[in-house]
Amino acid sequence: MTKPTLSRSIFWTTIAFLFLPLVVLMIFSFNDGRTMVWKGFSWRWYESLFTNQPRLWMAVSNTLIVAFTASTVATVIGTLGAIAINWYRFKAKTYVRAMSFLPLILPEIIIGVSLLIFFRMLGLELNLFTIILAHISFTIPFVLLMVMARLGEFDYSIIEAARDLGANENQTLTKVILPISVPGILAGFITAFTLSLEDFVVTFFVTGSGSDTLPIFIYNQIKRKLPPEINAFSVVLVGVTVLILFLARRSIKYFVQRS
Amino acid sequence: MKSRSGSLYSLPLTTWISLFFLVPMLIVFVYSFLARETGGGVRWEFDLSAYAEIFRQTASGSFIYLDIVGYTLIMAVSATLLTILIALPCAYYIARSKNNTLLLFLVIIPFWVNFMIRIYAWVAILGQSGILNESLLAMGVLKEPIQFLFNDYAVLVVLVYTNLPFAILPLFTTIEKFDFGLLEAARDLGASHNRSLWSVLLPNIRGGLVTAVLFTFIPIFGTFAVPDVMGNSNVFMLGQLITSKLKFTGDYPMACSLSVLILLLSAAGLVVYTVYNNRQEQQHQVVIAEDEL
Repeated sequence: MTKPTLSRSIFWTTIAFLFLPLVVLMIFSFNDGRTMVWKGFSWRWYESLFTNQPRLWMAVSNTLIVAFTASTVATVIGTLGAIAINWYRFKAKTYVRAMSFLPLILPEIIIGVSLLIFFRMLGLELNLFTIILAHISFTIPFVLLMVMARLGEFDYSIIEAARDLGANENQTLTKVILPISVPGILAGFITAFTLSLEDFVVTFFVTGSGSDTLPIFIYNQIKRKLPPEINAFSVVLVGVTVLILFLARRSIKYFVQRS
Repeated sequence: MKSRSGSLYSLPLTTWISLFFLVPMLIVFVYSFLARETGGGVRWEFDLSAYAEIFRQTASGSFIYLDIVGYTLIMAVSATLLTILIALPCAYYIARSKNNTLLLFLVIIPFWVNFMIRIYAWVAILGQSGILNESLLAMGVLKEPIQFLFNDYAVLVVLVYTNLPFAILPLFTTIEKFDFGLLEAARDLGASHNRSLWSVLLPNIRGGLVTAVLFTFIPIFGTFAVPDVMGNSNVFMLGQLITSKLKFTGDYPMACSLSVLILLLSAAGLVVYTVYNNRQEQQHQVVIAEDEL
Protein backbone atom coordinates (compact mmCIF):
# COMPACT_ATOMS: atom_id res chain seq x y z
CA MET A 1 0.00 0.00 0.00
CA THR A 2 1.30 3.43 -0.86
CA LYS A 3 1.70 5.91 1.97
CA PRO A 4 -0.62 8.91 1.58
CA THR A 5 2.27 11.38 1.37
CA LEU A 6 0.42 14.13 -0.50
CA SER A 7 -2.57 14.09 1.84
CA ARG A 8 -0.18 14.00 4.80
CA SER A 9 1.66 17.13 3.75
CA ILE A 10 -1.61 18.91 2.98
CA PHE A 11 -2.98 17.91 6.38
CA TRP A 12 0.01 19.19 8.36
CA THR A 13 0.16 22.40 6.34
CA THR A 14 -3.53 22.92 7.11
CA ILE A 15 -2.93 22.32 10.82
CA ALA A 16 -0.14 24.91 10.68
CA PHE A 17 -2.56 27.31 8.96
CA LEU A 18 -5.23 26.68 11.62
CA PHE A 19 -2.79 27.16 14.48
CA LEU A 20 -0.96 30.18 13.06
CA PRO A 21 -3.31 32.80 14.58
CA LEU A 22 -3.16 31.09 17.99
CA VAL A 23 0.61 30.94 18.01
CA VAL A 24 0.83 34.59 16.99
CA LEU A 25 -1.55 35.65 19.76
CA MET A 26 0.34 33.59 22.28
CA ILE A 27 3.79 34.91 21.37
CA PHE A 28 2.71 38.53 21.29
CA SER A 29 0.82 38.30 24.57
CA PHE A 30 4.33 38.31 26.12
CA ASN A 31 5.61 41.17 24.01
CA ASP A 32 6.84 44.24 25.88
CA GLY A 33 5.61 46.57 23.12
CA ARG A 34 2.18 47.68 21.96
CA THR A 35 2.70 46.69 18.33
CA MET A 36 3.57 43.55 16.43
CA VAL A 37 7.29 44.29 16.71
CA TRP A 38 9.07 42.15 19.30
CA LYS A 39 10.38 44.32 22.16
CA GLY A 40 11.32 41.65 24.68
CA PHE A 41 9.55 39.37 27.12
CA SER A 42 7.08 40.79 29.63
CA TRP A 43 4.05 39.87 31.72
CA ARG A 44 2.70 43.43 31.62
CA TRP A 45 -0.37 42.73 29.44
CA TYR A 46 -1.44 39.92 31.74
CA GLU A 47 -1.23 42.26 34.73
CA SER A 48 -3.05 45.05 32.98
CA LEU A 49 -5.68 42.59 31.64
CA PHE A 50 -6.86 42.01 35.20
CA THR A 51 -6.56 45.62 36.35
CA ASN A 52 -7.15 47.96 33.40
CA GLN A 53 -9.90 46.40 31.31
CA PRO A 54 -13.20 46.79 33.19
CA ARG A 55 -15.22 46.97 29.94
CA LEU A 56 -13.72 43.72 28.68
CA TRP A 57 -14.69 41.94 31.89
CA MET A 58 -18.12 43.52 31.77
CA ALA A 59 -18.52 41.99 28.30
CA VAL A 60 -17.29 38.64 29.61
CA SER A 61 -19.85 38.74 32.42
CA ASN A 62 -22.65 39.70 29.97
CA THR A 63 -21.64 36.82 27.71
CA LEU A 64 -21.74 34.35 30.57
CA ILE A 65 -25.12 35.60 31.83
CA VAL A 66 -26.60 35.31 28.34
CA ALA A 67 -25.04 31.92 27.62
CA PHE A 68 -26.08 30.43 30.94
CA THR A 69 -29.69 31.69 30.91
CA ALA A 70 -30.29 31.02 27.22
CA SER A 71 -28.83 27.51 27.19
CA THR A 72 -30.72 26.54 30.34
CA VAL A 73 -34.09 27.64 28.93
CA ALA A 74 -33.29 26.16 25.51
CA THR A 75 -32.35 22.86 27.15
CA VAL A 76 -35.65 22.63 29.06
CA ILE A 77 -37.79 23.54 26.03
CA GLY A 78 -35.74 21.41 23.64
CA THR A 79 -35.70 18.33 25.90
CA LEU A 80 -39.47 18.34 26.48
CA GLY A 81 -40.00 18.93 22.76
CA ALA A 82 -37.69 16.07 21.81
CA ILE A 83 -39.55 13.70 24.14
CA ALA A 84 -42.88 14.75 22.63
CA ILE A 85 -41.66 14.42 19.03
CA ASN A 86 -39.99 11.07 19.60
CA TRP A 87 -42.53 9.27 21.74
CA TYR A 88 -45.88 10.98 21.69
CA ARG A 89 -48.52 11.85 19.21
CA PHE A 90 -49.77 15.42 19.10
CA LYS A 91 -51.56 17.62 16.63
CA ALA A 92 -48.90 19.98 15.32
CA LYS A 93 -46.11 17.38 15.09
CA THR A 94 -45.28 17.76 11.39
CA TYR A 95 -45.33 21.54 11.71
CA VAL A 96 -43.10 21.51 14.81
CA ARG A 97 -40.61 19.10 13.27
CA ALA A 98 -40.21 21.08 10.07
CA MET A 99 -40.18 24.47 11.80
CA SER A 100 -37.65 23.50 14.48
CA PHE A 101 -35.00 22.30 12.09
CA LEU A 102 -35.29 25.12 9.59
CA PRO A 103 -33.09 27.53 11.62
CA LEU A 104 -30.25 24.98 11.47
CA ILE A 105 -29.78 25.46 7.75
CA LEU A 106 -30.70 29.12 7.28
CA PRO A 107 -27.91 31.68 7.30
CA GLU A 108 -27.79 33.24 10.76
CA ILE A 109 -28.35 36.72 9.42
CA ILE A 110 -31.97 35.82 8.58
CA ILE A 111 -32.63 35.03 12.24
CA GLY A 112 -30.97 38.28 13.29
CA VAL A 113 -32.92 40.39 10.78
CA SER A 114 -36.29 38.82 11.55
CA LEU A 115 -35.87 39.03 15.33
CA LEU A 116 -34.69 42.65 15.23
CA ILE A 117 -37.72 43.65 13.16
CA PHE A 118 -40.00 41.65 15.44
CA PHE A 119 -38.58 43.19 18.62
CA ARG A 120 -38.82 46.70 17.19
CA MET A 121 -42.41 46.03 16.15
CA LEU A 122 -43.23 44.97 19.70
CA GLY A 123 -41.50 48.09 20.94
CA LEU A 124 -39.05 46.10 23.07
CA GLU A 125 -35.97 47.92 24.23
CA LEU A 126 -32.84 46.16 22.94
CA ASN A 127 -30.74 44.89 25.85
CA LEU A 128 -29.49 41.67 27.45
CA PHE A 129 -33.08 40.41 27.63
CA THR A 130 -33.60 40.58 23.85
CA ILE A 131 -30.19 38.94 23.35
CA ILE A 132 -31.26 36.10 25.65
CA LEU A 133 -34.56 35.64 23.77
CA ALA A 134 -32.67 35.48 20.48
CA HIS A 135 -30.07 33.04 21.79
CA ILE A 136 -32.77 30.72 23.16
CA SER A 137 -34.39 30.74 19.71
CA PHE A 138 -31.34 29.76 17.70
CA THR A 139 -29.99 27.19 20.20
CA ILE A 140 -33.26 25.23 20.68
CA PRO A 141 -32.83 23.26 17.39
CA PHE A 142 -29.40 22.03 18.51
CA VAL A 143 -30.72 20.79 21.88
CA LEU A 144 -33.62 19.14 20.07
CA LEU A 145 -31.22 17.40 17.69
CA MET A 146 -28.96 16.08 20.47
CA VAL A 147 -31.76 14.83 22.74
CA MET A 148 -33.64 13.24 19.83
CA ALA A 149 -30.47 11.43 18.77
CA ARG A 150 -30.15 10.01 22.29
CA LEU A 151 -33.82 9.00 22.57
CA GLY A 152 -33.55 7.35 19.15
CA GLU A 153 -31.23 4.76 20.72
CA PHE A 154 -34.09 3.45 22.87
CA ASP A 155 -37.26 1.62 22.06
CA TYR A 156 -40.74 2.85 22.94
CA SER A 157 -41.26 -0.46 24.75
CA ILE A 158 -39.34 0.85 27.78
CA ILE A 159 -42.15 3.36 28.33
CA GLU A 160 -44.77 0.66 27.90
CA ALA A 161 -42.84 -1.46 30.38
CA ALA A 162 -42.86 1.41 32.91
CA ARG A 163 -46.61 1.81 32.42
CA ASP A 164 -47.24 -1.91 32.75
CA LEU A 165 -45.37 -1.84 36.02
CA GLY A 166 -47.76 0.82 37.24
CA ALA A 167 -45.82 4.05 36.74
CA ASN A 168 -47.98 7.11 36.17
CA GLU A 169 -47.26 9.90 33.68
CA ASN A 170 -45.00 11.85 36.06
CA GLN A 171 -43.08 8.82 37.25
CA THR A 172 -42.49 7.69 33.66
CA LEU A 173 -41.02 11.10 32.86
CA THR A 174 -38.83 11.53 35.93
CA LYS A 175 -37.82 7.92 36.58
CA VAL A 176 -37.48 6.57 33.03
CA ILE A 177 -37.37 9.13 30.25
CA LEU A 178 -35.25 11.86 31.84
CA PRO A 179 -32.55 9.56 33.29
CA ILE A 180 -31.92 7.84 29.95
CA SER A 181 -31.81 11.21 28.14
CA VAL A 182 -29.11 12.69 30.41
CA PRO A 183 -26.19 12.28 27.97
CA GLY A 184 -28.26 13.88 25.20
CA ILE A 185 -29.42 16.69 27.48
CA LEU A 186 -25.83 17.40 28.57
CA ALA A 187 -24.57 17.38 24.99
CA GLY A 188 -27.41 19.72 24.02
CA PHE A 189 -26.70 22.09 26.90
CA ILE A 190 -22.97 22.25 26.15
CA THR A 191 -23.60 22.83 22.43
CA ALA A 192 -26.14 25.57 23.20
CA PHE A 193 -23.76 27.17 25.70
CA THR A 194 -20.83 27.19 23.26
CA LEU A 195 -22.92 28.52 20.38
CA SER A 196 -24.21 31.30 22.60
CA LEU A 197 -20.67 32.24 23.72
CA GLU A 198 -19.51 32.35 20.11
CA ASP A 199 -22.42 34.13 18.50
CA PHE A 200 -21.73 37.38 16.73
CA VAL A 201 -24.25 37.81 13.90
CA VAL A 202 -27.57 37.37 15.74
CA THR A 203 -26.30 39.30 18.77
CA PHE A 204 -25.07 42.13 16.56
CA PHE A 205 -28.65 42.69 15.40
CA VAL A 206 -30.51 42.47 18.70
CA THR A 207 -27.97 44.17 20.99
CA GLY A 208 -28.57 47.58 22.48
CA SER A 209 -26.14 50.10 23.93
CA GLY A 210 -24.43 48.97 27.11
CA SER A 211 -25.21 45.30 26.61
CA ASP A 212 -22.10 44.28 24.67
CA THR A 213 -21.22 40.62 24.73
CA LEU A 214 -17.59 39.61 24.19
CA PRO A 215 -17.75 39.13 20.39
CA ILE A 216 -19.51 42.50 20.00
CA PHE A 217 -17.00 44.22 22.30
CA ILE A 218 -14.05 42.83 20.32
CA TYR A 219 -15.71 43.75 17.01
CA ASN A 220 -16.17 47.34 18.14
CA GLN A 221 -12.55 47.45 19.31
CA ILE A 222 -11.12 46.03 16.06
CA LYS A 223 -12.84 48.87 14.23
CA ARG A 224 -10.73 51.27 16.31
CA LYS A 225 -7.56 49.81 17.73
CA LEU A 226 -7.56 46.68 19.86
CA PRO A 227 -5.83 46.95 23.22
CA PRO A 228 -2.79 44.62 23.47
CA GLU A 229 -4.46 42.94 26.46
CA ILE A 230 -6.61 41.01 23.95
CA ASN A 231 -3.64 38.76 23.14
CA ALA A 232 -3.22 37.87 26.81
CA PHE A 233 -6.96 37.43 27.13
CA SER A 234 -7.09 34.87 24.27
CA VAL A 235 -4.36 32.85 25.92
CA VAL A 236 -6.26 32.89 29.23
CA LEU A 237 -9.42 31.87 27.33
CA VAL A 238 -7.77 28.84 25.69
CA GLY A 239 -6.25 27.89 29.04
CA VAL A 240 -9.63 28.03 30.80
CA THR A 241 -11.28 25.98 27.99
CA VAL A 242 -8.60 23.29 28.23
CA LEU A 243 -8.95 23.22 32.01
CA ILE A 244 -12.76 22.90 31.86
CA LEU A 245 -12.56 20.10 29.27
CA PHE A 246 -9.95 18.31 31.35
CA LEU A 247 -12.08 18.57 34.51
CA ALA A 248 -15.19 17.47 32.60
CA ARG A 249 -13.37 14.38 31.33
CA ARG A 250 -12.10 13.54 34.80
CA SER A 251 -15.53 13.92 36.41
CA ILE A 252 -17.20 11.81 33.68
CA LYS A 253 -14.59 9.08 34.27
CA TYR A 254 -15.20 9.36 38.02
CA PHE A 255 -18.96 8.94 37.60
CA VAL A 256 -18.58 6.05 35.17
CA GLN A 257 -16.27 4.24 37.59
CA ARG A 258 -18.63 4.81 40.53
CA SER A 259 -21.64 3.47 38.71
CA MET B 1 -53.82 10.22 28.18
CA LYS B 2 -50.82 9.64 25.97
CA SER B 3 -51.68 12.32 23.47
CA ARG B 4 -52.46 14.82 26.21
CA SER B 5 -48.96 14.65 27.72
CA GLY B 6 -47.57 14.82 24.20
CA SER B 7 -49.22 18.19 23.64
CA LEU B 8 -48.13 19.27 27.10
CA TYR B 9 -44.45 18.42 26.51
CA SER B 10 -44.48 19.97 23.07
CA LEU B 11 -46.34 23.13 24.13
CA PRO B 12 -43.28 25.24 25.12
CA LEU B 13 -41.47 24.26 21.91
CA THR B 14 -44.48 24.89 19.67
CA THR B 15 -45.13 28.26 21.31
CA TRP B 16 -41.51 29.35 21.21
CA ILE B 17 -40.78 28.50 17.58
CA SER B 18 -44.09 29.98 16.47
CA LEU B 19 -43.53 33.22 18.34
CA PHE B 20 -39.79 33.71 17.76
CA PHE B 21 -39.29 32.01 14.45
CA LEU B 22 -42.44 31.67 12.35
CA VAL B 23 -43.99 35.05 13.23
CA PRO B 24 -40.75 37.05 12.70
CA MET B 25 -40.21 35.26 9.35
CA LEU B 26 -43.76 36.10 8.27
CA ILE B 27 -43.20 39.73 9.26
CA VAL B 28 -40.04 39.82 7.12
CA PHE B 29 -42.03 38.36 4.25
CA VAL B 30 -44.90 40.87 4.63
CA TYR B 31 -42.55 43.85 5.14
CA SER B 32 -40.77 43.01 1.90
CA PHE B 33 -44.01 43.87 0.06
CA LEU B 34 -44.60 47.18 1.85
CA ALA B 35 -43.57 50.73 1.06
CA ARG B 36 -40.64 52.41 2.69
CA GLU B 37 -41.41 55.12 5.23
CA THR B 38 -39.16 58.12 4.97
CA GLY B 39 -37.05 58.24 8.10
CA GLY B 40 -37.13 54.47 8.58
CA GLY B 41 -39.74 51.75 8.98
CA VAL B 42 -42.63 50.77 6.71
CA ARG B 43 -45.86 52.30 5.42
CA TRP B 44 -48.74 49.84 5.24
CA GLU B 45 -49.45 49.81 1.53
CA PHE B 46 -48.67 47.13 -1.01
CA ASP B 47 -45.52 47.98 -2.89
CA LEU B 48 -43.19 45.88 -5.02
CA SER B 49 -40.50 48.51 -5.23
CA ALA B 50 -38.19 46.69 -2.79
CA TYR B 51 -38.08 43.78 -5.25
CA ALA B 52 -37.94 46.03 -8.31
CA GLU B 53 -34.99 47.77 -6.66
CA ILE B 54 -32.99 44.52 -6.59
CA PHE B 55 -33.16 44.36 -10.39
CA ARG B 56 -32.78 48.09 -11.01
CA GLN B 57 -30.18 49.19 -13.49
CA THR B 58 -28.38 52.52 -13.42
CA ALA B 59 -28.19 54.78 -16.45
CA SER B 60 -24.69 53.46 -17.18
CA GLY B 61 -26.09 49.93 -17.34
CA SER B 62 -24.69 48.46 -14.12
CA PHE B 63 -26.86 46.78 -11.52
CA ILE B 64 -26.57 48.14 -8.00
CA TYR B 65 -27.88 45.18 -6.03
CA LEU B 66 -27.52 42.31 -8.49
CA ASP B 67 -23.81 43.11 -8.77
CA ILE B 68 -23.46 42.64 -5.02
CA VAL B 69 -25.46 39.39 -5.22
CA GLY B 70 -23.22 38.21 -8.08
CA TYR B 71 -20.08 39.21 -6.21
CA THR B 72 -21.28 37.34 -3.10
CA LEU B 73 -21.97 34.31 -5.30
CA ILE B 74 -18.43 34.43 -6.75
CA MET B 75 -16.92 34.76 -3.27
CA ALA B 76 -19.09 31.91 -1.96
CA VAL B 77 -18.17 29.62 -4.86
CA SER B 78 -14.44 30.41 -4.57
CA ALA B 79 -14.38 30.00 -0.79
CA THR B 80 -16.33 26.72 -1.00
CA LEU B 81 -14.06 25.32 -3.74
CA LEU B 82 -10.91 26.23 -1.81
CA THR B 83 -12.33 24.85 1.43
CA ILE B 84 -13.31 21.51 -0.14
CA LEU B 85 -10.00 21.20 -2.01
CA ILE B 86 -8.14 21.56 1.31
CA ALA B 87 -10.64 19.64 3.45
CA LEU B 88 -10.83 16.57 1.22
CA PRO B 89 -7.20 15.42 1.51
CA CYS B 90 -7.21 16.37 5.21
CA ALA B 91 -10.30 14.28 5.93
CA TYR B 92 -8.81 11.44 3.87
CA TYR B 93 -5.57 11.57 5.85
CA ILE B 94 -7.41 11.63 9.20
CA ALA B 95 -9.65 8.72 8.17
CA ARG B 96 -6.66 6.60 7.13
CA SER B 97 -4.62 7.42 10.23
CA LYS B 98 -4.60 5.23 13.33
CA ASN B 99 -4.74 8.30 15.60
CA ASN B 100 -7.85 9.82 14.08
CA THR B 101 -9.27 11.07 17.42
CA LEU B 102 -6.07 13.00 18.10
CA LEU B 103 -5.92 14.44 14.58
CA LEU B 104 -9.58 15.52 14.72
CA PHE B 105 -8.78 17.16 18.04
CA LEU B 106 -6.00 19.14 16.36
CA VAL B 107 -8.50 20.42 13.79
CA ILE B 108 -10.96 21.52 16.49
CA ILE B 109 -8.61 23.11 19.09
CA PRO B 110 -8.10 26.43 17.23
CA PHE B 111 -11.86 26.89 17.36
CA TRP B 112 -11.86 27.14 21.12
CA VAL B 113 -10.69 30.70 20.72
CA ASN B 114 -13.60 33.06 20.21
CA PHE B 115 -14.60 33.57 16.53
CA MET B 116 -14.00 37.31 16.75
CA ILE B 117 -10.56 36.91 18.35
CA ARG B 118 -9.59 34.56 15.52
CA ILE B 119 -10.56 37.20 12.99
CA TYR B 120 -8.60 39.79 14.95
CA ALA B 121 -5.55 37.49 14.91
CA TRP B 122 -5.65 37.60 11.11
CA VAL B 123 -5.72 41.40 11.25
CA ALA B 124 -2.63 41.21 13.48
CA ILE B 125 -0.92 38.93 10.95
CA LEU B 126 -1.85 40.63 7.68
CA GLY B 127 -2.15 44.27 8.75
CA GLN B 128 0.10 47.10 7.63
CA SER B 129 2.10 46.85 10.86
CA GLY B 130 1.32 43.14 11.17
CA ILE B 131 3.68 40.21 11.55
CA LEU B 132 3.90 39.39 7.85
CA ASN B 133 4.93 42.92 6.95
CA GLU B 134 7.35 43.25 9.87
CA SER B 135 9.05 39.96 8.98
CA LEU B 136 9.30 40.78 5.29
CA LEU B 137 10.72 44.21 6.15
CA ALA B 138 13.22 42.69 8.57
CA MET B 139 14.34 40.17 5.94
CA GLY B 140 14.77 42.96 3.44
CA VAL B 141 12.22 41.51 1.00
CA LEU B 142 10.13 44.65 1.26
CA LYS B 143 11.25 48.24 1.56
CA GLU B 144 7.85 49.55 2.53
CA PRO B 145 4.94 47.74 4.18
CA ILE B 146 2.15 46.46 1.91
CA GLN B 147 -1.51 46.45 2.92
CA PHE B 148 -2.49 42.78 2.78
CA LEU B 149 -5.84 43.51 4.39
CA PHE B 150 -8.97 45.06 2.94
CA ASN B 151 -9.16 43.07 -0.30
CA ASP B 152 -10.88 39.96 -1.72
CA TYR B 153 -7.96 37.70 -0.91
CA ALA B 154 -7.87 38.58 2.78
CA VAL B 155 -11.62 37.93 2.99
CA LEU B 156 -11.21 34.59 1.16
CA VAL B 157 -8.38 33.43 3.43
CA VAL B 158 -10.44 34.05 6.56
CA LEU B 159 -13.65 32.58 5.05
CA VAL B 160 -11.73 29.39 4.25
CA TYR B 161 -10.13 29.50 7.69
CA THR B 162 -13.43 29.74 9.57
CA ASN B 163 -15.18 27.11 7.41
CA LEU B 164 -12.52 24.40 7.23
CA PRO B 165 -13.57 22.33 10.25
CA PHE B 166 -17.23 22.36 9.12
CA ALA B 167 -16.10 20.79 5.86
CA ILE B 168 -13.50 18.42 7.32
CA LEU B 169 -15.88 16.86 9.88
CA PRO B 170 -18.67 15.62 7.54
CA LEU B 171 -16.08 14.51 4.97
CA PHE B 172 -14.21 12.57 7.63
CA THR B 173 -17.40 10.81 8.79
CA THR B 174 -18.21 9.54 5.29
CA ILE B 175 -14.62 8.65 4.33
CA GLU B 176 -14.26 6.72 7.58
CA LYS B 177 -17.22 4.52 6.61
CA PHE B 178 -15.72 3.90 3.16
CA ASP B 179 -14.38 0.40 2.58
CA PHE B 180 -10.76 0.96 1.56
CA GLY B 181 -10.60 -2.59 0.25
CA LEU B 182 -12.46 -1.24 -2.80
CA LEU B 183 -9.45 0.97 -3.60
CA GLU B 184 -7.15 -2.01 -3.52
CA ALA B 185 -9.59 -3.94 -5.70
CA ALA B 186 -9.52 -1.10 -8.22
CA ARG B 187 -5.71 -1.08 -8.19
CA ASP B 188 -5.64 -4.85 -8.65
CA LEU B 189 -7.85 -4.41 -11.68
CA GLY B 190 -5.21 -2.08 -13.10
CA ALA B 191 -6.45 1.40 -12.14
CA SER B 192 -3.76 3.93 -11.27
CA HIS B 193 -3.66 5.38 -7.74
CA ASN B 194 -5.28 8.63 -8.86
CA ARG B 195 -7.78 6.88 -11.08
CA SER B 196 -8.92 4.67 -8.19
CA LEU B 197 -9.38 7.72 -5.94
CA TRP B 198 -11.28 9.60 -8.62
CA SER B 199 -13.62 6.84 -9.81
CA VAL B 200 -14.01 4.72 -6.69
CA LEU B 201 -13.54 6.90 -3.59
CA LEU B 202 -15.14 10.13 -4.80
CA PRO B 203 -18.50 8.68 -5.98
CA ASN B 204 -18.80 6.81 -2.68
CA ILE B 205 -18.40 9.87 -0.48
CA ARG B 206 -20.71 12.16 -2.43
CA GLY B 207 -23.10 12.42 0.52
CA GLY B 208 -20.38 13.89 2.75
CA LEU B 209 -19.26 16.18 -0.07
CA VAL B 210 -22.75 17.62 -0.51
CA THR B 211 -23.06 18.23 3.25
CA ALA B 212 -19.63 19.89 3.37
CA VAL B 213 -20.48 22.10 0.39
CA LEU B 214 -23.81 23.19 1.90
CA PHE B 215 -22.24 23.89 5.31
CA THR B 216 -19.72 26.25 3.72
CA PHE B 217 -21.74 27.68 0.86
CA ILE B 218 -25.02 28.71 2.53
CA PRO B 219 -23.57 30.58 5.56
CA ILE B 220 -21.36 32.70 3.28
CA PHE B 221 -24.51 34.26 1.83
CA GLY B 222 -25.31 35.82 5.17
CA THR B 223 -21.77 36.40 6.35
CA PHE B 224 -21.15 39.84 7.74
CA ALA B 225 -18.26 39.97 10.20
CA VAL B 226 -15.54 38.51 7.97
CA PRO B 227 -15.95 40.79 4.93
CA ASP B 228 -16.63 43.75 7.21
CA VAL B 229 -13.41 43.37 9.23
CA MET B 230 -11.08 41.86 6.61
CA GLY B 231 -12.41 43.85 3.67
CA ASN B 232 -13.30 47.10 5.40
CA SER B 233 -15.17 49.17 2.80
CA ASN B 234 -13.44 47.56 -0.18
CA VAL B 235 -15.39 44.33 -0.01
CA PHE B 236 -19.16 44.52 0.06
CA MET B 237 -21.19 41.35 0.29
CA LEU B 238 -24.88 40.57 0.66
CA GLY B 239 -24.70 40.25 4.46
CA GLN B 240 -23.19 43.73 4.76
CA LEU B 241 -25.80 45.16 2.40
CA ILE B 242 -28.69 43.82 4.50
CA THR B 243 -27.04 45.01 7.70
CA SER B 244 -26.53 48.52 6.39
CA LYS B 245 -30.11 48.73 5.10
CA LEU B 246 -31.56 47.55 8.40
CA LYS B 247 -29.29 49.01 11.04
CA PHE B 248 -28.10 52.22 9.45
CA THR B 249 -30.55 53.49 6.81
CA GLY B 250 -33.68 51.96 8.34
CA ASP B 251 -34.84 50.73 4.90
CA TYR B 252 -36.89 47.80 6.21
CA PRO B 253 -38.56 46.70 2.95
CA MET B 254 -35.19 46.52 1.19
CA ALA B 255 -33.54 44.56 4.03
CA CYS B 256 -36.56 42.22 3.99
CA SER B 257 -36.66 41.63 0.24
CA LEU B 258 -32.93 40.81 0.28
CA SER B 259 -33.51 38.45 3.22
CA VAL B 260 -36.28 36.72 1.24
CA LEU B 261 -33.78 36.37 -1.62
CA ILE B 262 -31.24 34.67 0.68
CA LEU B 263 -34.03 32.50 2.07
CA LEU B 264 -34.99 31.34 -1.43
CA LEU B 265 -31.36 30.65 -2.35
CA SER B 266 -30.80 28.52 0.76
CA ALA B 267 -34.14 26.77 0.28
CA ALA B 268 -33.03 25.89 -3.27
CA GLY B 269 -29.80 24.45 -1.86
CA LEU B 270 -31.77 22.43 0.65
CA VAL B 271 -34.13 21.03 -1.99
CA VAL B 272 -31.17 19.91 -4.09
CA TYR B 273 -29.73 18.27 -0.99
CA THR B 274 -32.91 16.37 -0.01
CA VAL B 275 -33.67 15.27 -3.56
CA TYR B 276 -30.09 14.10 -3.90
CA ASN B 277 -30.13 12.25 -0.57
CA ASN B 278 -33.40 10.51 -1.42
CA ARG B 279 -31.99 9.39 -4.76
CA GLN B 280 -28.87 8.07 -3.01
CA GLU B 281 -31.04 6.12 -0.58
CA GLN B 282 -33.19 4.69 -3.36
CA GLN B 283 -30.11 3.65 -5.33
CA HIS B 284 -28.75 2.09 -2.19
CA GLN B 285 -31.98 0.15 -1.69
CA VAL B 286 -31.87 -1.05 -5.30
CA VAL B 287 -28.35 -2.35 -4.72
CA ILE B 288 -29.46 -4.16 -1.57
CA ALA B 289 -32.48 -5.62 -3.36
CA GLU B 290 -30.24 -6.88 -6.16
CA ASP B 291 -27.89 -8.41 -3.63
CA GLU B 292 -30.77 -10.28 -2.08
CA LEU B 293 -31.82 -11.66 -5.47
